[in-house]
Amino acid sequence: MAVYRRSYGSYTGPLTPAWSRCLVLFRYSRRNLFRSKFQTGLFALCFFYPVVCLCAIYLAHNLGFLETLGGAASRFVIIDSKFFFYFVNVQGVLVFLLTAFSGPGLISPDIANGALPLYFCRPFSRVEYVLGKSSVLAILLSQVTWIPGLVLFAVQGVLAGPAWAWSHLWIAGSLVVAFVIWIAFLSLLAMALSAWVKWRIVAGAILLGVLFFGAGFAQAVNNVMRTQLGDFLNIVYLMATVWTSLFGIEAERAMTVLQAWIAILAYCGLCLALLVRKVRAYEVIK
Amino acid sequence: MQFGRREILRDLTASLRGRAIGLLGPNGAGKSTLINTLLGFYRPSSGSAQVFGYDIRTETRKIRSLVGYMPENDAFISQMSAVSFVCMMGELSGLPASTALERAHEALFYVGLAEARYRTLGTYSQGMKQLAKLAQAIVHGPKLLILDEPTNGLDPLARQRMIRMIREIRDGNELRIVLCSHLLRDVEDTCDEVLILKQGRIAHYSNLEEERRANKRFLELETYGANGDFTEAIEKLGCECAVTANHMKMILADGIEVRDIYRLAAERDVRIRRLNFRRDTLEDIFMKAMEN
Repeated sequence: MAVYRRSYGSYTGPLTPAWSRCLVLFRYSRRNLFRSKFQTGLFALCFFYPVVCLCAIYLAHNLGFLETLGGAASRFVIIDSKFFFYFVNVQGVLVFLLTAFSGPGLISPDIANGALPLYFCRPFSRVEYVLGKSSVLAILLSQVTWIPGLVLFAVQGVLAGPAWAWSHLWIAGSLVVAFVIWIAFLSLLAMALSAWVKWRIVAGAILLGVLFFGAGFAQAVNNVMRTQLGDFLNIVYLMATVWTSLFGIEAERAMTVLQAWIAILAYCGLCLALLVRKVRAYEVIK
Repeated sequence: MQFGRREILRDLTASLRGRAIGLLGPNGAGKSTLINTLLGFYRPSSGSAQVFGYDIRTETRKIRSLVGYMPENDAFISQMSAVSFVCMMGELSGLPASTALERAHEALFYVGLAEARYRTLGTYSQGMKQLAKLAQAIVHGPKLLILDEPTNGLDPLARQRMIRMIREIRDGNELRIVLCSHLLRDVEDTCDEVLILKQGRIAHYSNLEEERRANKRFLELETYGANGDFTEAIEKLGCECAVTANHMKMILADGIEVRDIYRLAAERDVRIRRLNFRRDTLEDIFMKAMEN
């Protein structure tokens, strides 16, 4: 019977498994995200540096071509942990920008339009909601961070031989850990802001502010209080401390790596707590 | 149920089995809180409740899979088209993607949004948003439909359509309805049982169908030419009578029909100008409950 002739009828067919329902949210949110041409352009831009790195690796293994460029060029293209550390830094900035534009629109429209009761009156929990929404950012950011990073490592491993790959396997691990912690932090921060700030532009601005003005504020605290405690407010500094240790880069740091890890995890916990407090069907006013 | 130290619902004991149950009460009586508690949005501080035999504390997921909920306030995603929105809600309820899409179209046709189903919800009027909310509540074919103030913000025509649709859903299916409203007319038009709340307690519970049947024995007459003889003849039939000028109120005795009253009037040359079944309206019931 044609759809327009049917009246209301109950449903007795098969149901999808409960675990698969967060993927529904992922699918719809992702589709919504890529409606914006700017967003799509920014996503494409994030692949520029990995392509540059890929060319660099290729060139490093074609000595004949490098010799034509002179000695300086051959010294410039050295594929080691520093090379991947720079890759993490550049991609880290790009995914931050990507998050600032895509993250704030994930939860705020649902809260602004009162849609949360419609999600939670179904067999769909708050945890599944948060997982579904965060998976959008996690998968989007992974596509431009550790996945291309591992591809670069694999290409280098193939070209340099299994001995190099085996002895530098820790770099692959560092790549994944460095990006996973950055993605987790960014996703939680973006979603917490998205949940608490109704206007996505304001939420995006605050996210940018956390990174850019956070460093300035931390420096001001250090100067005024004559301590190094302000560094704990500087997310970039914390992350850089962790990343340098992961890639074995020597740098003078005012805090230990363990302190940096604890501070980052504490920020992640705070964002999660903010998120849990806001993501509920109805707010209870006591 | 309490928020902080404030008790919202207390001493609630009831078993609701009707096909369409009206939840009535003045603003702040606890109607919406009761619904939200049954849906598991709020955790009760004490007591227990079951929906279709499932405990609201431990089996929330099962309850939610059987329920369709239309909230009172605006609830939609503004940048989504109605069909995507309803389809997504269907999928979240567990329908496979293709079935959800088919049923989303069906539901939107059914509620009367067929022509507007590809428009984004942000461009909808208030009445259309209400209809979209109803569509998402029925898309997965629930066994219990909870409607919280479904006619809020609707013009009289749209209200009539909404009421007609609720009646159709009620009559045509195995579906139960809980309708929460402070508009007595809406409840009277759609429900056969009514639970009246006042300050978080049950003020009255009644079966409207039974009350309507009982009230069919109560007559109001306007007569011309009636005298003591007519009243006496009626009382001889076993009916209770009260006479004021040309008006007469009576309760028909068992086995006595209206045609017997007409016969007596014809025999005594009394003209009956008007005859009404005087029944308690829901407003009467509600006002009595509030006074008590």
